[in-house]
Amino acid sequence: MKEKAKILDKEALGRSLLRIAHEILEKNKGTESLCLVGIRNRGAYLAQRIAACILKIDNASVPVGILDITLYRDDLTLIAAQPVVRKTEIGFDITDKNIVLVDDVLYSGRTIRAALDALIDLGRPQTIQLAVLIDRGHRELPVRADYVGKNIPTSLQEIVEVRLAEVDGVDEVVIVDKE
Amino acid sequence: MRLLIKAGRVVDPANKIDAVTDILIEDNKIALVDEQIKIDTDLTIEAQGKIVMPGIIDMHVHLREPGREDKETVASGTAAALRGGVTTLLAMPNTTPAIDNPQTAALLKEIINRTAQAGVLLAGAITKDRLGKELVDIPSLKKVGVVALSDDGSSVDSDELMFMALKRAKREGILIICHSEDKGLSAQGVVNLGLTSTRLGLRGISCESEYKRVERDIKLAEKAGAAVHIAHVSCRKSVDIIAKAKQRGVRVTAETAPHYFTFTEEAVLGYDTNMKMNPPLRSLDDLAAIKEALHEGIIDVIASDHAPHTENEKEIEFVRAEFGVVGLQTELSAAVSELIEPGILGWPGLVEKLSVNPARILGLKKGSLCVGSDADLVVVDPQRVWQVGKEALVSRSKNSAFLGKVLKGRVEYTIYNGKVVYARSA
Amino acid sequence: MVWTRKDLLGLEDLSKEELELILATADSFKEVSSREIKKVPALRGKTVVNLFYEPSTRTRVSFEIAAKRLSADVINIATETSSVQKGETLIDTGTNIQALKADIIVMRHNYSGAAAMLARHLNISVVNAGDGWHEHPTQALLDIFTLKEKLGRIDGLKVSIIGDIAHSRVARSNIWGLTKLGAEVTVCAPPMLIPPAIEQMGVVVTHGIDEALQHADAVNVLRMQFERDTEGAFPRQLEYFKSFGITQERLSKAKKDIIVMHPGPLNRGVEISSEVADGINSVILEQVTNGIAVRMAVLFLVSQGHDKKYETTN
Repeated sequence: MKEKAKILDKEALGRSLLRIAHEILEKNKGTESLCLVGIRNRGAYLAQRIAACILKIDNASVPVGILDITLYRDDLTLIAAQPVVRKTEIGFDITDKNIVLVDDVLYSGRTIRAALDALIDLGRPQTIQLAVLIDRGHRELPVRADYVGKNIPTSLQEIVEVRLAEVDGVDEVVIVDKE
Repeated sequence: MRLLIKAGRVVDPANKIDAVTDILIEDNKIALVDEQIKIDTDLTIEAQGKIVMPGIIDMHVHLREPGREDKETVASGTAAALRGGVTTLLAMPNTTPAIDNPQTAALLKEIINRTAQAGVLLAGAITKDRLGKELVDIPSLKKVGVVALSDDGSSVDSDELMFMALKRAKREGILIICHSEDKGLSAQGVVNLGLTSTRLGLRGISCESEYKRVERDIKLAEKAGAAVHIAHVSCRKSVDIIAKAKQRGVRVTAETAPHYFTFTEEAVLGYDTNMKMNPPLRSLDDLAAIKEALHEGIIDVIASDHAPHTENEKEIEFVRAEFGVVGLQTELSAAVSELIEPGILGWPGLVEKLSVNPARILGLKKGSLCVGSDADLVVVDPQRVWQVGKEALVSRSKNSAFLGKVLKGRVEYTIYNGKVVYARSA
Repeated sequence: MVWTRKDLLGLEDLSKEELELILATADSFKEVSSREIKKVPALRGKTVVNLFYEPSTRTRVSFEIAAKRLSADVINIATETSSVQKGETLIDTGTNIQALKADIIVMRHNYSGAAAMLARHLNISVVNAGDGWHEHPTQALLDIFTLKEKLGRIDGLKVSIIGDIAHSRVARSNIWGLTKLGAEVTVCAPPMLIPPAIEQMGVVVTHGIDEALQHADAVNVLRMQFERDTEGAFPRQLEYFKSFGITQERLSKAKKDIIVMHPGPLNRGVEISSEVADGINSVILEQVTNGIAVRMAVLFLVSQGHDKKYETTN
């Protein structure tokens, strides 16, 4: 795997999340009924960071949940290594809430499809919105994000890697080449 | 018809020969044993690097005919025998019906005359229907050619009856072979009693059920002054009892089967029914005892206890599966791999266990390569390695414990009655 | 840790890591049963066949609920073993179910090793729901899961198993699972009901009930199956209860917060008193609840484990 380009560094990543936080507040006119749900693994950390931004801007804390979508994937039998099932931890009722789903990279749209199914099995939200740090294109399903940190045109031979301090020890987004 | 076997290592312990030499066979007898025989022949076998030994005499074979021809027949069993280097075998009498009267024995004899490819000797039952209730008429069985008596598969539980059988056998000069098992003690067990039975959640067969009966059988033979042969010895305690009896001069001989010096009870842990036999595979210590006993001559004979069973009787739940495995085609290779290779027996020692001692115990003029003796021989490649597969087994049943196992030593030629009856092609 | 086995036949075969993976996966699945909609689509379109050669209600129902919460289709086949002798062989039954394109067979059988044999002959998954006296892996997994949930760990725990160890598949599976995860296991029964060489499985043997309870963090009380041989069953039941029954009085001498487990169904007044079964130390109903999560985890994992053909232990 060869690293080709750094798209976001620590500061740029932070600014993107701050902007997304502002946009979420603007669109939802505050934090009333607002909840964030991060998709495991990195989406969960991004959701927490966006919540921290919202706290800073609006002095209001919004509930944050974590969604594991393994059981809802449509490619369960295709993946070589069998996936690890982790817990879904959403400690609040999502019915009638405005939910912002948070993920790191939007690509085919299949993860979001699975996440929508998983969320709807848990209740009936008023709205579901989508925030992603990177939109890299190549959609296979009719899915679009409401909030995007950065749009990056990529080829199919490339991989977008979002690295976060909580998991990877560093905050950055890079493009690497598949070998 | 002249057949020359050239330059093989001739192992003939009956005549204290272990040397590279030639053997000439004329018609059905050995005509000459000498170095560099130069003579016109019909066939010459180049045996450089090969072992040339007397044909194996397997004292413990279940041919299943009459009655269970789906498992094995005289024809298929003897074909398997030849491939394993066995030229003479003793057919166990637990057929359906049992060989407990001269008419049935004569019927079997007739089948043998018609279909056997190797030498087949008859064992008769000790009791009628092998039920342990009423003794057979020994003289009439002897008259039709029965050479030994055994209720194999069962033991005669009654001490009185067993004692009477031994006394009469002595009077008639016929050997009694004991399946030494106290079924009260083995109590529906299916594997060795101990950690293995506990791990598998199966009923166990104790060593006690074997050695207590070995002890009794020897004691009764001693009292009767009769010769007795203990079949399929599997555990150390039995070996110890046999050793002590031999020391005090009891006319006891003993046999074990290749699976008891090849596998331990651990082989059963996957519930492989081809590892289910009676007596069961025992502990590592018992296996070591069997090897020591072979080395020291406490165990006289290696016999296959060839026990064919159909797939329907083996490919079922372990508890319900039949006891026993086929063994005619693998006994020599198993012995080479497990006894010759690690130095427990030399070739002369092995030939004693396979040919010389069985001939002596059964009173046969065989197991020797001296001039004038029967031309029953085996040519073995001691180095050839092969993997046992179902396709190589010509027995009607394929229930071998050795399936998939890589063995050393393979029969190249089997000569029975002066004729090459088997030559390895693949 | 990647799960590669197509079957779950027993805990003896599993590594510590595999045991931990099942427990962690079960932990994730537990949440599903607390939802309004108790269903996830993980096994949608898959067929699970419950093949039961022995009457069992709770294990079969638990597997059925687990499979349904994973969105699998479930077929129940109950066969009387008495017809086995003349009926079709187990392998024929198995290959027929495979030909029906089922994905997982959950089998209960009265012969030890039946599940292992079936698994060897089939390409589809086989989950052992109890075979003879051999193993009952999902029961032990739910026992261990419940213990871990209650006490936070397995490593270093002292667990006593009381009852007919010799004829118990629950005991064997618990012994393998607990010892692999670092627990100290004591088995307690009258000498007749202790199988030979069991101490070589890494357990301590005692015939005294008070000794078994004294230092235990948890006790697993096995069901006594006196009903199997009816002759003289009742007096022996009373006698057993006197010598080995778990009563409040005996429990009062044990650790205050000792966990009491029982695989069910209960024989009240035979191996356990009602007082204890319904008391504060009892986790018997939580075991039942956890059984679903554990079986969901097992069904999910074996359905994912088809990449590698299962290798037998020898």
